[in-house]
Amino acid sequence: MADYIFWLVVTVTVVSAAVVVLNSQLIYSAVALLFTLFGVAGLYVFLWADFIAGVQLLVYVGGILVLIIFGIMLTNRISSVRISHKSVQQGVGGAVVVWLFIFLSIVVIKTPWLDQPAIEPSSSVGKVGTLLLTKYVLPFEVVSILLLGALIGAAVLSREDT
Amino acid sequence: MDQLNSYLFVAAILFSLGVFGVITRRNGIAVLMGVELILNAANVNFIAFSRFGGMNFDGHVFGMLVIVMAAAEAAVALAIIINIYNNMNTINVDQASQLKQ
Repeated sequence: MADYIFWLVVTVTVVSAAVVVLNSQLIYSAVALLFTLFGVAGLYVFLWADFIAGVQLLVYVGGILVLIIFGIMLTNRISSVRISHKSVQQGVGGAVVVWLFIFLSIVVIKTPWLDQPAIEPSSSVGKVGTLLLTKYVLPFEVVSILLLGALIGAAVLSREDT
Repeated sequence: MDQLNSYLFVAAILFSLGVFGVITRRNGIAVLMGVELILNAANVNFIAFSRFGGMNFDGHVFGMLVIVMAAAEAAVALAIIINIYNNMNTINVDQASQLKQ
Protein backbone atom coordinates (compact mmCIF):
# COMPACT_ATOMS: atom_id res chain seq x y z
CA MET A 1 0.00 0.00 0.00
CA ALA A 2 2.72 2.46 0.97
CA ASP A 3 4.56 1.57 -2.23
CA TYR A 4 1.59 2.58 -4.36
CA ILE A 5 1.26 5.88 -2.51
CA PHE A 6 4.97 6.52 -2.96
CA TRP A 7 4.83 5.98 -6.73
CA LEU A 8 1.67 8.09 -6.91
CA VAL A 9 3.51 10.94 -5.15
CA VAL A 10 6.50 10.53 -7.46
CA THR A 11 4.26 10.57 -10.54
CA VAL A 12 2.42 13.70 -9.39
CA THR A 13 5.72 15.45 -8.65
CA VAL A 14 7.41 14.63 -11.95
CA VAL A 15 4.39 15.19 -14.21
CA SER A 16 3.50 18.53 -12.63
CA ALA A 17 7.17 19.61 -12.78
CA ALA A 18 7.09 18.85 -16.51
CA VAL A 19 3.91 20.94 -16.83
CA VAL A 20 5.68 23.80 -15.00
CA VAL A 21 8.43 24.03 -17.61
CA LEU A 22 6.42 23.06 -20.72
CA ASN A 23 3.05 24.81 -20.43
CA SER A 24 2.72 28.04 -22.34
CA GLN A 25 0.23 29.66 -19.94
CA LEU A 26 2.06 31.25 -17.04
CA ILE A 27 -0.74 30.86 -14.50
CA TYR A 28 -1.05 27.14 -15.31
CA SER A 29 2.67 26.81 -14.63
CA ALA A 30 2.13 28.41 -11.21
CA VAL A 31 -0.71 26.00 -10.38
CA ALA A 32 1.39 23.02 -11.53
CA LEU A 33 4.22 24.28 -9.31
CA LEU A 34 1.76 24.00 -6.41
CA PHE A 35 1.36 20.26 -7.09
CA THR A 36 5.12 19.82 -7.47
CA LEU A 37 5.73 21.42 -4.09
CA PHE A 38 3.03 19.25 -2.50
CA GLY A 39 4.64 16.16 -4.04
CA VAL A 40 8.08 17.12 -2.72
CA ALA A 41 6.53 17.57 0.73
CA GLY A 42 5.11 14.04 0.37
CA LEU A 43 8.59 12.74 -0.46
CA TYR A 44 9.87 14.39 2.74
CA VAL A 45 7.19 12.52 4.70
CA PHE A 46 8.38 9.24 3.14
CA LEU A 47 11.92 10.20 4.20
CA TRP A 48 10.79 10.60 7.84
CA ALA A 49 11.31 14.37 7.75
CA ASP A 50 8.00 15.57 9.19
CA PHE A 51 9.30 18.98 10.28
CA ILE A 52 10.84 19.76 6.89
CA ALA A 53 7.61 18.67 5.20
CA GLY A 54 5.67 21.13 7.35
CA VAL A 55 8.18 23.92 6.64
CA GLN A 56 7.94 23.11 2.92
CA LEU A 57 4.15 23.51 3.00
CA LEU A 58 4.27 26.70 5.08
CA VAL A 59 7.09 28.51 3.29
CA TYR A 60 6.85 27.25 -0.30
CA VAL A 61 3.11 26.73 -0.77
CA GLY A 62 2.03 29.45 1.62
CA GLY A 63 4.71 32.02 0.85
CA ILE A 64 6.77 31.64 -2.30
CA LEU A 65 3.94 30.43 -4.52
CA VAL A 66 1.72 33.31 -3.41
CA LEU A 67 4.61 35.70 -4.15
CA ILE A 68 5.01 34.19 -7.63
CA ILE A 69 1.28 34.56 -8.36
CA PHE A 70 1.47 38.17 -7.12
CA GLY A 71 4.35 38.70 -9.52
CA ILE A 72 2.33 37.27 -12.42
CA MET A 73 -0.62 39.50 -11.56
CA LEU A 74 1.53 42.64 -11.25
CA THR A 75 3.51 42.15 -14.45
CA ASN A 76 0.70 41.31 -16.89
CA ARG A 77 -2.39 43.11 -18.03
CA ILE A 78 -4.89 40.53 -16.88
CA SER A 79 -7.91 41.98 -18.61
CA SER A 80 -6.49 42.65 -22.04
CA VAL A 81 -4.37 39.70 -23.15
CA ARG A 82 -4.00 36.05 -22.27
CA ILE A 83 -0.94 35.53 -20.12
CA SER A 84 1.21 33.40 -22.33
CA HIS A 85 4.91 33.17 -22.81
CA LYS A 86 6.89 31.44 -25.45
CA SER A 87 9.90 29.25 -24.89
CA VAL A 88 12.98 29.53 -27.05
CA GLN A 89 15.56 27.00 -28.21
CA GLN A 90 13.57 24.02 -26.95
CA GLY A 91 15.42 21.58 -29.20
CA VAL A 92 18.91 22.56 -28.11
CA GLY A 93 17.81 22.97 -24.49
CA GLY A 94 16.14 19.57 -24.52
CA ALA A 95 19.28 17.93 -25.92
CA VAL A 96 21.45 19.54 -23.24
CA VAL A 97 19.05 18.54 -20.48
CA VAL A 98 18.72 14.93 -21.70
CA TRP A 99 22.52 14.69 -21.75
CA LEU A 100 22.63 16.15 -18.24
CA PHE A 101 20.02 13.65 -17.01
CA ILE A 102 21.90 10.70 -18.51
CA PHE A 103 25.07 11.93 -16.84
CA LEU A 104 23.31 12.24 -13.47
CA SER A 105 21.75 8.77 -13.87
CA ILE A 106 25.14 7.20 -14.54
CA VAL A 107 26.47 8.92 -11.42
CA VAL A 108 23.52 7.68 -9.34
CA ILE A 109 23.84 4.08 -10.59
CA LYS A 110 27.62 3.74 -10.52
CA THR A 111 28.32 5.28 -7.13
CA PRO A 112 28.39 2.84 -4.18
CA TRP A 113 26.18 4.91 -1.90
CA LEU A 114 26.43 4.59 1.84
CA ASP A 115 23.31 2.85 3.14
CA GLN A 116 23.24 2.53 6.89
CA PRO A 117 20.31 0.92 8.69
CA ALA A 118 18.23 3.31 10.71
CA ILE A 119 15.16 3.23 12.89
CA GLU A 120 12.30 5.64 12.33
CA PRO A 121 12.37 8.50 14.87
CA SER A 122 9.15 9.44 16.57
CA SER A 123 9.64 13.13 15.79
CA SER A 124 12.39 15.14 14.14
CA VAL A 125 11.52 18.56 15.56
CA GLY A 126 13.50 18.28 18.79
CA LYS A 127 16.60 16.89 17.10
CA VAL A 128 16.60 19.57 14.41
CA GLY A 129 16.11 22.31 17.01
CA THR A 130 18.97 21.00 19.14
CA LEU A 131 21.28 20.83 16.14
CA LEU A 132 20.29 24.35 15.05
CA LEU A 133 21.26 25.85 18.39
CA THR A 134 24.41 23.80 19.06
CA LYS A 135 26.34 22.47 16.07
CA TYR A 136 24.85 24.73 13.40
CA VAL A 137 24.33 27.95 15.33
CA LEU A 138 26.62 29.95 13.03
CA PRO A 139 24.77 29.05 9.78
CA PHE A 140 21.52 29.70 11.64
CA GLU A 141 22.57 33.23 12.56
CA VAL A 142 24.05 33.91 9.12
CA VAL A 143 20.82 32.85 7.42
CA SER A 144 18.83 35.09 9.75
CA ILE A 145 21.00 38.06 8.70
CA LEU A 146 20.50 37.02 5.05
CA LEU A 147 16.73 36.93 5.53
CA LEU A 148 16.72 40.38 7.16
CA GLY A 149 18.87 41.78 4.36
CA ALA A 150 16.61 40.26 1.70
CA LEU A 151 13.53 41.68 3.45
CA ILE A 152 14.95 45.22 3.58
CA GLY A 153 16.37 44.93 0.07
CA ALA A 154 13.07 43.79 -1.43
CA ALA A 155 11.19 46.59 0.36
CA VAL A 156 13.69 49.21 -0.86
CA LEU A 157 13.60 47.89 -4.43
CA SER A 158 9.81 47.87 -4.58
CA ARG A 159 9.31 51.45 -3.35
CA GLU A 160 8.07 53.90 -5.91
CA ASP A 161 10.26 56.88 -5.06
CA THR A 162 13.72 55.38 -5.06
CA MET B 1 10.38 3.54 -1.41
CA ASP B 2 13.14 2.15 0.81
CA GLN B 3 15.90 2.67 -1.70
CA LEU B 4 18.14 5.68 -1.99
CA ASN B 5 18.31 5.40 -5.77
CA SER B 6 14.63 6.10 -6.36
CA TYR B 7 14.85 9.40 -4.46
CA LEU B 8 18.03 10.36 -6.28
CA PHE B 9 16.36 9.66 -9.63
CA VAL B 10 13.37 11.81 -8.72
CA ALA B 11 15.74 14.59 -7.69
CA ALA B 12 17.70 14.20 -10.94
CA ILE B 13 14.49 14.48 -12.98
CA LEU B 14 13.41 17.57 -11.03
CA PHE B 15 16.86 19.13 -11.49
CA SER B 16 16.90 18.44 -15.22
CA LEU B 17 13.42 19.90 -15.67
CA GLY B 18 14.44 22.95 -13.67
CA VAL B 19 17.51 23.50 -15.83
CA PHE B 20 15.33 23.08 -18.92
CA GLY B 21 12.97 25.77 -17.61
CA VAL B 22 15.81 28.15 -16.80
CA ILE B 23 17.47 27.87 -20.22
CA THR B 24 14.36 27.85 -22.43
CA ARG B 25 11.95 30.24 -20.74
CA ARG B 26 12.03 33.92 -21.59
CA ASN B 27 9.57 35.19 -18.99
CA GLY B 28 11.44 36.20 -15.83
CA ILE B 29 8.89 34.66 -13.49
CA ALA B 30 9.02 31.35 -15.39
CA VAL B 31 12.81 31.36 -15.01
CA LEU B 32 12.27 31.86 -11.28
CA MET B 33 9.98 28.81 -11.21
CA GLY B 34 12.77 26.76 -12.81
CA VAL B 35 15.15 27.91 -10.09
CA GLU B 36 12.63 26.80 -7.46
CA LEU B 37 12.53 23.34 -9.05
CA ILE B 38 16.34 23.12 -8.90
CA LEU B 39 16.37 24.12 -5.23
CA ASN B 40 13.70 21.51 -4.45
CA ALA B 41 15.76 18.82 -6.19
CA ALA B 42 18.80 19.72 -4.08
CA ASN B 43 16.66 19.61 -0.97
CA VAL B 44 15.30 16.14 -1.77
CA ASN B 45 18.90 14.97 -2.08
CA PHE B 46 19.84 16.48 1.28
CA ILE B 47 16.94 14.82 3.10
CA ALA B 48 17.45 11.48 1.30
CA PHE B 49 21.14 11.33 2.22
CA SER B 50 20.21 12.25 5.78
CA ARG B 51 17.68 9.39 5.93
CA PHE B 52 19.91 6.73 4.36
CA GLY B 53 23.10 7.81 6.09
CA GLY B 54 21.96 6.45 9.41
CA MET B 55 19.22 9.02 10.14
CA ASN B 56 21.36 11.84 11.41
CA PHE B 57 19.63 15.17 11.29
CA ASP B 58 22.33 17.31 9.68
CA GLY B 59 20.62 17.06 6.29
CA HIS B 60 17.39 18.32 7.81
CA VAL B 61 19.16 21.44 9.10
CA PHE B 62 20.65 22.11 5.67
CA GLY B 63 17.29 21.49 4.02
CA MET B 64 15.73 24.11 6.25
CA LEU B 65 18.51 26.59 5.46
CA VAL B 66 17.94 25.97 1.73
CA ILE B 67 14.22 26.69 2.14
CA VAL B 68 14.99 29.96 3.97
CA MET B 69 17.43 30.95 1.24
CA ALA B 70 14.83 30.15 -1.43
CA ALA B 71 12.34 32.44 0.32
CA ALA B 72 14.85 35.31 0.40
CA GLU B 73 15.78 34.70 -3.23
CA ALA B 74 12.14 34.68 -4.39
CA ALA B 75 11.38 37.95 -2.58
CA VAL B 76 14.37 39.81 -4.03
CA ALA B 77 13.91 38.32 -7.51
CA LEU B 78 10.27 39.35 -7.67
CA ALA B 79 11.13 42.88 -6.49
CA ILE B 80 13.72 43.10 -9.28
CA ILE B 81 11.28 41.68 -11.86
CA ILE B 82 8.58 44.19 -10.91
CA ASN B 83 11.12 47.02 -11.18
CA ILE B 84 12.17 45.78 -14.64
CA TYR B 85 8.52 45.67 -15.65
CA ASN B 86 7.94 49.24 -14.44
CA ASN B 87 11.00 50.54 -16.27
CA MET B 88 10.93 48.57 -19.52
CA ASN B 89 7.30 47.37 -19.72
CA THR B 90 8.42 43.78 -20.26
CA ILE B 91 9.82 40.97 -18.17
CA ASN B 92 11.32 39.17 -21.12
CA VAL B 93 14.83 38.35 -19.99
CA ASP B 94 16.12 38.58 -23.58
CA GLN B 95 14.98 42.16 -23.94
CA ALA B 96 15.94 43.32 -20.44
CA SER B 97 19.62 43.35 -21.31
CA GLN B 98 20.54 46.92 -20.37
CA LEU B 99 21.77 47.99 -16.97
CA LYS B 100 20.34 51.50 -17.40
CA GLN B 101 17.97 53.21 -19.75
